[in-house]
Amino acid sequence: MKDAQQDPCAHCEEMMQPYLDHILTEAERVEAELHLDDCEWCRRRYRFEESLRIYVRQAVSEPMPSGLKAKLAALRIPLN
Amino acid sequence: MAEAPPDAARIASEARDRVRFEEEALALSDQVYRVARHLANSREEAEDLVQETYARAFRSWRSFTPGTNLRAWLLRILTNLNIDRGRRSQRAPQTTPLEANDYYLYDKLAERDGVASDEEKVVERLSQDDIVSALSAVPHDFRDAIVLVDIGDFSYADAAQILDIPIGTVMSRLHRGRRILKRELADSVTEDAS
Repeated sequence: MKDAQQDPCAHCEEMMQPYLDHILTEAERVEAELHLDDCEWCRRRYRFEESLRIYVRQAVSEPMPSGLKAKLAALRIPLN
Repeated sequence: MAEAPPDAARIASEARDRVRFEEEALALSDQVYRVARHLANSREEAEDLVQETYARAFRSWRSFTPGTNLRAWLLRILTNLNIDRGRRSQRAPQTTPLEANDYYLYDKLAERDGVASDEEKVVERLSQDDIVSALSAVPHDFRDAIVLVDIGDFSYADAAQILDIPIGTVMSRLHRGRRILKRELADSVTEDAS
């Protein structure tokens, strides 16, 4: 914590996840944006994190195996 | 008799409700599978789990409250089955998983291949295989939070309900889980280079 108080970039790093999750307070959000306006070093790392989240979601999304949907439909309870 | 007896009307109405429930549940199966795939340890387990989940859901459809989140309800069944059947190969290990600061992965990639003008290009230095195997290396408790929120698009509240843990725990596991994932990715990048 001491580091983060002394080093604005370390503090900005701590705010990155909550900032991108939109869970910072208004005051914290403004604080993060003021720093990001002036700091390309942190700005790059925030942009990287945003891209990474999208990329991870795409990379791990597998289509449902063919045939599974039919197997699920076959589990329906028949009408009497 | 011109009108059906009240009992027949009730049975017919219930049958319509059940068919509608089944159709709505089946329409979500792609999304349920996508999440199940990474809650379970393999494709085969995911496929079994999804089938068991639907079999149970169809049997107990009456316990679903119409108008509430059906996808979350299905996932709740699925995570319970996953735990009950001992399909989780391990609980979170006793040792604290490796976790690095949030900027660590970017720093590693920049250190190895230099800075790019566009951060998306830096992300593309990671292969799909790197990401799939890094995610599977994240311990279950952390991975579940990532899979539900970041991949499945569930809210913190829904994820909390599915996993039966407080919302604050979902958030802390999500934040730590992403750091563990990035640390795993950074390690795979360093290994590739050596």
